[in-house]
Amino acid sequence: MNLMTISNLTHWFSGLRAVTDFNISLEKGELVAIIGPNGAGKTTIFNLITGVYRPTSGQINFEGKELVGLPTNQIITSGIARTFQNIRLFKELTVLDNIRIAQFASVCYSPLEAIFHLPGFHKEEEKIRSRSMEFLHIFDLEDQAYTISKNLPYGQQRRLEIARALATQPKLLLLDEPAAGMNPAEVEHLIELIQMIREQFELTILLIEHQMRVVMGIAERIKVVDFGQTIAEGTPIEIQKNPRVIEAYLGEEESK
Amino acid sequence: MDVPVSVKVPLAVKFWTRWRMKFLLCIIFALTFILPKTGIINPYIDMVLIYIGINMILTISLNLVNGYMGEFSVGHAGFMALGAYTASLLSVWVIPDSLNSYLFPLTVVIGGVIAGAFALIVAFPSFRTRGDYLAIVTLAFNMIIKSAIENIDGIGGPRGFMGMDKMTNLPWTFVWVCITIFLARNFIFSNVGRGVLSLREDETAAGLLSVNTRQVKVLTFVFSAFLAGIAGALYAHELQYIYPKGFTIAKSTDMLVMVYLGGIGSIGGSIMGATVYTVVLEALRSILQFAGISQEWRQVFAPLMLIFLMIYRPKGIMGMREFSFLIPEAERFQKISLNPFSKKNRNRKKSEELKS
Repeated sequence: MNLMTISNLTHWFSGLRAVTDFNISLEKGELVAIIGPNGAGKTTIFNLITGVYRPTSGQINFEGKELVGLPTNQIITSGIARTFQNIRLFKELTVLDNIRIAQFASVCYSPLEAIFHLPGFHKEEEKIRSRSMEFLHIFDLEDQAYTISKNLPYGQQRRLEIARALATQPKLLLLDEPAAGMNPAEVEHLIELIQMIREQFELTILLIEHQMRVVMGIAERIKVVDFGQTIAEGTPIEIQKNPRVIEAYLGEEESK
Repeated sequence: MDVPVSVKVPLAVKFWTRWRMKFLLCIIFALTFILPKTGIINPYIDMVLIYIGINMILTISLNLVNGYMGEFSVGHAGFMALGAYTASLLSVWVIPDSLNSYLFPLTVVIGGVIAGAFALIVAFPSFRTRGDYLAIVTLAFNMIIKSAIENIDGIGGPRGFMGMDKMTNLPWTFVWVCITIFLARNFIFSNVGRGVLSLREDETAAGLLSVNTRQVKVLTFVFSAFLAGIAGALYAHELQYIYPKGFTIAKSTDMLVMVYLGGIGSIGGSIMGATVYTVVLEALRSILQFAGISQEWRQVFAPLMLIFLMIYRPKGIMGMREFSFLIPEAERFQKISLNPFSKKNRNRKKSEELKS
């Protein structure tokens, strides 16, 4: 079943064309990777999907709903979550608060109930707290619940970011270079983690990654982007042999 | 994480820990009645205490926007003026004298509501973007309110407005301060409150985690203005005379100093900041009088203090930390609570330093 279709997505940064006619169609449960050299416009695609930038033209259809023009928080609540290339946790807040903030939209007491501490408030708070602790348990961060998140080690910060994104209860998860800055052992953990959450939360995942170990290991389909244009698409094996991809990554053969 | 060990606690101890805060508040409340009557608190000290209370409400109000949310409002005196004038007009023109003392709480609340309503008007255009924009808009708002009042002759124009009874006394002030602290605390430790903190930390990330940033900003701003309006209403019924010059940017500066002196993002800090600043200014008044220097110099003091604070102690007395009694029980383990006399806190600080 189709989950998201992006058609002819184009974005200009004043004079610079960052994304040109980007098309992709995601089936439910798929794991698709977007790869490409630095500055190829990969993160821009994520920013366009999540409404951080408004596309110059093009459509994004998510479960039959048009996302272009919606405010960010509405796009997120319709079922899309993302992580960031450079970790963007709420640094001064606790791990637990990071998770709880991600459940902002699912809270069903009004601000008035909150400031007067009416009965509905306590019940709902207890629910949020226990749900958050469940998330932390899945990601093995339970013991750190009250740690200020900037004090976490790097690997755990990455994990918390994924946990936080999942706390918004998405159907589609956009991972922006989750393996950046990780050592080989941490990368192996990450691959396991991605596969685990994919099954446990029935996720569709769109992944941007440079580390080929991750991409070739878990992606079912790969899209290669360069200068904002799609230059190749296919299974990992097809991509590895594709001359245009090799050219984009390693340079042309004659120039050797 | 410390695992709580279940130990049999005697019922009396449990009862005491549960009710000691309320018990303490009741005693203080009783004292606010008794002490002025018996003359232990003379009228001058009584007045200073009331001002401290009003300033606490103002500081907490501004701290919500400038401290917790990380935006920058410089025009809260405008909201205070709205609250003051609304409540005064109500109690002089609308409410009959015989009912004045019964309806005083309602008058104060309406003052707050009107201030909140104006905040809504200001908030919608201001929160389209982030940063200095709000500062400029609130600055303009403050000036507009002041000149508007000056130009409405019906309410006294630049001469001011009077005729209110002295309704604000020490017990009332105490009650309103307690209500403010209670409401502000509940606001911060709720879903919207967490949204407020996330805005300060990283607005883009907040939006990308389903926080309705627009709604949170507007709500916080309106709530903050509501509290400022309440403070204004109390102020009007303490001084019994209000005039537009009393609500200029200088008043807003006072609030800023109290917020940054006490510490951003902390209700406890606001309480401390308001107390220290009010007392210091009063002391300065006596000192200047004693030394025979013009009282005008007090006006130099506030901005000067703001500058030095920003340079030497940007976090204020207790920036981002909180007294543990101001944290709801369910949240108590996670915020860094500050009790300067507790050994546990000192040890934790040491171990944190070692870690980093």
